[in-house]
Amino acid sequence: MTSVLRPSFSACPACSAAPAATDAAQAQAAQAAKGDARLMLSVPGVHCAACITKVERGLMAHPGVSAARVNLTLKRATITAAPDIEPAEMIALVEGLGYEAHELDAAALRATATDRAGRELLMRLAVAGFASMNVMLLSVAVWSGAADATRDMFHWISAAIALPTIAFSGQPFYRSAFHALRSRRLNMDVPITLAILLAIGTSLWETALSGHHAYFDAALTLVFFLLAGRYLDHRTRAIARSAAEELTALEVPRAWRLDGAGETQVAVAELRVGDRIRVRPGGRMPVDGVIVQGTSELDRSLLTGETHPVFAGEGQAVSAGEMNLTGPLTLRATAVGSDTSLHRMADLVAVAEAGRANYTSLADRAAKLYAPGVHILSALAFLGWLIGTGDMRTALNIAAAVLIITCPCALGLAVPAVTTAASGRLFKRGMLIKHATALERLAEVDTVVFDKTGTLTTGTPTLEAPEGLDPQALSVAAALAAGSSHPLSRGIDDAARRLGITPADLRDIREVPGYGTEALWDGRRVRLGRASWTGAAPLPQTATFLQLGEGAPLALRFADTLRTGAAEAVEALRSAGKQVMLISGDSPPAVQAMAERLGIPEWQAEALPEGKAARIQELTDAGQKVLMVGDGLNDTAALSAAHVSISPATALDAARAASDIVLLGADLSPIADACAIAQSATRRIRENFQIATVYNIVAVPLAVAGLATPLIAALAMSSSSIIVSLNALRLKGGRR
Amino acid sequence: MNILVYLIPISLFLGGIGLAAFVYTLRSNQYDDPEGDSRRILSDEWDDHPKP
Repeated sequence: MTSVLRPSFSACPACSAAPAATDAAQAQAAQAAKGDARLMLSVPGVHCAACITKVERGLMAHPGVSAARVNLTLKRATITAAPDIEPAEMIALVEGLGYEAHELDAAALRATATDRAGRELLMRLAVAGFASMNVMLLSVAVWSGAADATRDMFHWISAAIALPTIAFSGQPFYRSAFHALRSRRLNMDVPITLAILLAIGTSLWETALSGHHAYFDAALTLVFFLLAGRYLDHRTRAIARSAAEELTALEVPRAWRLDGAGETQVAVAELRVGDRIRVRPGGRMPVDGVIVQGTSELDRSLLTGETHPVFAGEGQAVSAGEMNLTGPLTLRATAVGSDTSLHRMADLVAVAEAGRANYTSLADRAAKLYAPGVHILSALAFLGWLIGTGDMRTALNIAAAVLIITCPCALGLAVPAVTTAASGRLFKRGMLIKHATALERLAEVDTVVFDKTGTLTTGTPTLEAPEGLDPQALSVAAALAAGSSHPLSRGIDDAARRLGITPADLRDIREVPGYGTEALWDGRRVRLGRASWTGAAPLPQTATFLQLGEGAPLALRFADTLRTGAAEAVEALRSAGKQVMLISGDSPPAVQAMAERLGIPEWQAEALPEGKAARIQELTDAGQKVLMVGDGLNDTAALSAAHVSISPATALDAARAASDIVLLGADLSPIADACAIAQSATRRIRENFQIATVYNIVAVPLAVAGLATPLIAALAMSSSSIIVSLNALRLKGGRR
Repeated sequence: MNILVYLIPISLFLGGIGLAAFVYTLRSNQYDDPEGDSRRILSDEWDDHPKP
């Protein structure tokens, strides 16, 4: 979908935004006319030209689809299809082609809004680039000896190009400097703005007096390089923001409300206290409430870290975020929206986050030293020359030269260039850097704390040692489990299929929600389900029980499935000399088994959310820099308390919001690499600062002494910027 | 030096064409999917006839 180029040129950002809005409206109108709906899928697996073609061709082959386009950068597919096409159908289609796919809530993705600021910046960058190149060419003539009227003419043409460009392209700096000054602070943009305005002012004055030196080219190059840094910075953040938005869009929040007419699907935000809500098996509780009808089992692992499903019956209270497993439940809402237990956790998070706000990035620390230094230096140069020569014109010229030479071109590029390269590399490995200073903090980490359920494990249990079980019993268990979506049933089903066991022939299969499944097998009653229901003694481990007729029930034990790369990640972190810990809300035997399996020496079980956060605070107080990796609501406070935190994309929204880095894939192994990349990135940033400092030490005395001609300024500024950018790119090519 | 009367406007005009072309690409969403576009050229999907 491309919008038509409009010949109108607008003078304000709002005007240029208007065509985009009309475009969007027209596109929607066109769709409405055809009656087509637009669906968006997240397809994280596409990575090559063949994938694009395969997915697009596969989607287009569907009769209801009129257009399909894959965006490889965002790893998204946009589908225009007949209104009766369900997203589930499209997802099945893409998954049939061999790619993972998830539905995206198109309303949560404001594609145009995030893009507008980037486009505006790119436009300013383009204009500054155009102008600086032209003025630079004109300046070459002056440097190579144009004199008198020719030099004046070149200066005037340069001024004619430079003035409108400076007015248009420099706006982001002026705005930022103005805001800083109004709140009585100094930031990097204050010396930048001063340098630009002073350079342009003195150059105009010089030109009017047909002087030798004009700094139009230097001012424009300065704007160009700084805008390039600004744009890189913006792009890195925009990618992170759009990916974060995408994660939110993945959760389409809907609920089924029961009213007089029956069930209606409503947005979760519309639910009120007292509403009766139907939660189907496999669904998450949208609100806090009390069960008024139905029995089932609940998976509370996201809230507490426990893997063992708990029984749920009438009158029991449930909290938002719990997963309903077996039977349909009807709830009466007792708390909705921000009153739910999910949101109450936010208070804990706010307290914990106060500590993190104290972190100052390397760039801010540099700016704090830099901005006052530059002003003092140029003021001193001005005063010195004014007193020494008594000539206002020379003194102003020298002050402008000092400001231009010291202007943080290299500094402005030093950090964005490195973070862009590093974030790009991490993004390719499936890590999304959400927070601006997360990379720097990640580089300092010396202790890594893992959560167990949902982080190191996938949350889907596997049957332990199915080979050791009686095949006949397993075939009965498989037959009983076949129709259920309970995670333990799925585990039995998978195990039986792997061993090639055909399910036994059962009759009268009946699922008893909250308890298990029973059936008739050769005239005997067989049951698969909870300990109490099958007459067995409960085990400390996750287990389900199979009762064949009158015999003693047989325990089927389950172990957590390790997430891909979990073992490698722990191994790599330990060999990198980091202390690794496991803190979980699950029962001690399960946590101990997991710690021994992965070779994690320190572990803590049955940790409450506050306990986790307190433990991390303890470690922090002991001077350790903690990286917390967790996914559940019970980890949220710990994630915010840690120096830096990572959560997998499967985590709850609250946990993702609290963490600095989101792991997009299912694989955990990039975590160790991320630490190494972050360290290398921080090293590059420091190197870049050193390069910029050396350059200033060489160039500033020249400027103060009045030897910095526009030629020297142009050469020094460009070469330092280019060296800094090249040094940043070394990160990408360097290791692996 | 009278040649400058032609040369300077010509050079500015040529540069302006470049700027206008960039503005066009920016407005027609050509930077939305840089990675995808660089790979699409490798696909043989529309080699025989252009995309309708």
